[in-house]
Amino acid sequence: MGILEVKGVSKRFGGLKALDDVNITVKENTVHAIIGPNGAGKSTFLNCLVGKLIPDTGSVMFEGQSLLGVAPHKINQMGISRVFQTPEIFADLTVFENVLIPLFAKRDGSYRMHAFETVENEADIIALAEQMLIDVNMIDKRHAHSASLSRGDKRRLEMAMCLSQSPKLLLLDEPTAGMARADTNNTIDLLKEIRDKRDITMAIIEHDMHVVFSLAERITVMAQGTPLVEDTPDNIKGHPKVQEAYLGGH
Amino acid sequence: MTFLGLNERDTRFLLIVVALTMFTPFLLQPFAENSGLAQFNAGYPDLMQRFAIYGIFAIGFNILFGLTGYLSFGHAAFLGVGSYSAVWMFKLLSMNIIPAIILAVIVSGLFALLIGFISLRRTGIYFSILTLAFAQMSFNLAYSVLTPITNGETGLQLTLSDPRILDPESITNSLPSTSLFGLEMNDSAQWEVFGRVFTFSVGYYVCAVIAIIAFYISLRIFRSPFGLMLRAIKTNKTRMAYTGLNTRPYALAAFVISGMYAGLAGGLLASMDPLAGAERMQWTASGEVVLMTILGGAGTLMGPVLGAGFIKYFENIFSKINDNVLHGWFAFMPDGLEDALITLIHPFVGKGWHLTLGMLFMLVVIFLPGGLVELGQRIAGLFRRRKAEDRSDDGSKATTPAE
Repeated sequence: MGILEVKGVSKRFGGLKALDDVNITVKENTVHAIIGPNGAGKSTFLNCLVGKLIPDTGSVMFEGQSLLGVAPHKINQMGISRVFQTPEIFADLTVFENVLIPLFAKRDGSYRMHAFETVENEADIIALAEQMLIDVNMIDKRHAHSASLSRGDKRRLEMAMCLSQSPKLLLLDEPTAGMARADTNNTIDLLKEIRDKRDITMAIIEHDMHVVFSLAERITVMAQGTPLVEDTPDNIKGHPKVQEAYLGGH
Repeated sequence: MTFLGLNERDTRFLLIVVALTMFTPFLLQPFAENSGLAQFNAGYPDLMQRFAIYGIFAIGFNILFGLTGYLSFGHAAFLGVGSYSAVWMFKLLSMNIIPAIILAVIVSGLFALLIGFISLRRTGIYFSILTLAFAQMSFNLAYSVLTPITNGETGLQLTLSDPRILDPESITNSLPSTSLFGLEMNDSAQWEVFGRVFTFSVGYYVCAVIAIIAFYISLRIFRSPFGLMLRAIKTNKTRMAYTGLNTRPYALAAFVISGMYAGLAGGLLASMDPLAGAERMQWTASGEVVLMTILGGAGTLMGPVLGAGFIKYFENIFSKINDNVLHGWFAFMPDGLEDALITLIHPFVGKGWHLTLGMLFMLVVIFLPGGLVELGQRIAGLFRRRKAEDRSDDGSKATTPAE
């Protein structure tokens, strides 16, 4: 049984069938990539996982609990973190403050009125945040205003924010989209390091084959709203259906 | 060293604020009574009380707007509700200001809970419009259906027949004044020295002490994890939700706290002068606190207080400069030139003080988005740089970079 089980999910937007009977199982402690050409339904699928869209039919279960219609903050509290296509960080705050917030959310839950405590005195949280920034090589930028970071550093920071909560499942939506080659390679290295050092399950929606083949242990290829094949990277590479989906001839 | 849970830097900051507040009667009275500049003195009790009270109002508003970015255009409603509650306490219970202020804070807090719960379903401009609508609704209700509670256009006042069950001895042939355990609010002492008259009023010092407490609470909120969450709401609600935080209770808590601050300010206004009218709830009054906060520097600790002082000073002092005063100033000039100059200045002073304030506001928004606080920081930065240059001229290295 997988940590994330998607069964029979369909979603229509008017006349367009965005997802058609999608069944995907993500096993614990694997890196599972979902790839496909533009318009294959990858983003719709991800939005169905995080409560942003409710599928017309089917079920999405995380560790035996349904994710359908659950608010994003509750989904996160269940142990799912999300990395966005465009890094979503707290741009007005410093790098350090950005990492403190998810740590407070992890410790205190979705709401706590801690108005008379002082951030400075939260030694345990501060230590964890510092360690996290050391892990992603950003400790020297801790006082930087995060809006001023490069795209690659913003991604690195977002990743640190997600990882600081030790999620069971990390969802990544095209983590290298819009990045220069050097930043892409840095991100791949970072993700590899995370994969090797932590007990974490990752589901990656990706367009870039280079990223997928360097990282994934399982790959699902989607086209026109349905999964075509699911296999290991080596088997996927030469699969005729994949060639067909990517090289035209729908 | 920590003091009241503050670190060394904040303790120093708080002590400076305490000192400034305590010495306000001196600081605002710099000109000798018989000098031409005496009209710029602002050290009289009524105005000093307004500085403190509107300072509280703006500090509270800043907790909502400065930290979370939710721009409420209806905060005067809470001020008005606070005033009405306080006057009712004076009428029914006692002339002591403590129960009046407590009720003002509680009632405005509950009112803010209701309005915030509904308004916070929307963000941005829709939130602002909802709060504006609620405030205008309260304003109009106070004039119409709620007249039995608000006394309509006349405003709610004390009368000789009020019961005041806790201090029956106050029922005499004249209206009693508000007090703090016997210390009357309008009591004051004067001290004349060097041709200057300094007035120390009980009312001002009561407002000042409460303002300091209000400032201290806001300082603690700014430094707390709660304050950090509020700033997170302002910068990225999506990330906040996907970080496992429920943004709405945080925003609602900030809304209620700032509503309570407004209620406290309203209660204090009524404690200094026990009457309450609906005009306190009008949208212009709500707009004023927005101006104060932005002018001083939204999201900064001191900014709103500076903005409140600035606007109240303009409203009370700048507005007094009429043509007679101007003629007095420019009497030394040849008649034609004097008249021309006065015609030129006339629209900007006296009744035209709004025009000057509006222009200053535009200048601040365009050139100093961080408000008066940013101006202060830039000047301080300039001095620091010059000092650093001097030091490097001496051959030693400039040590501390500006943070």
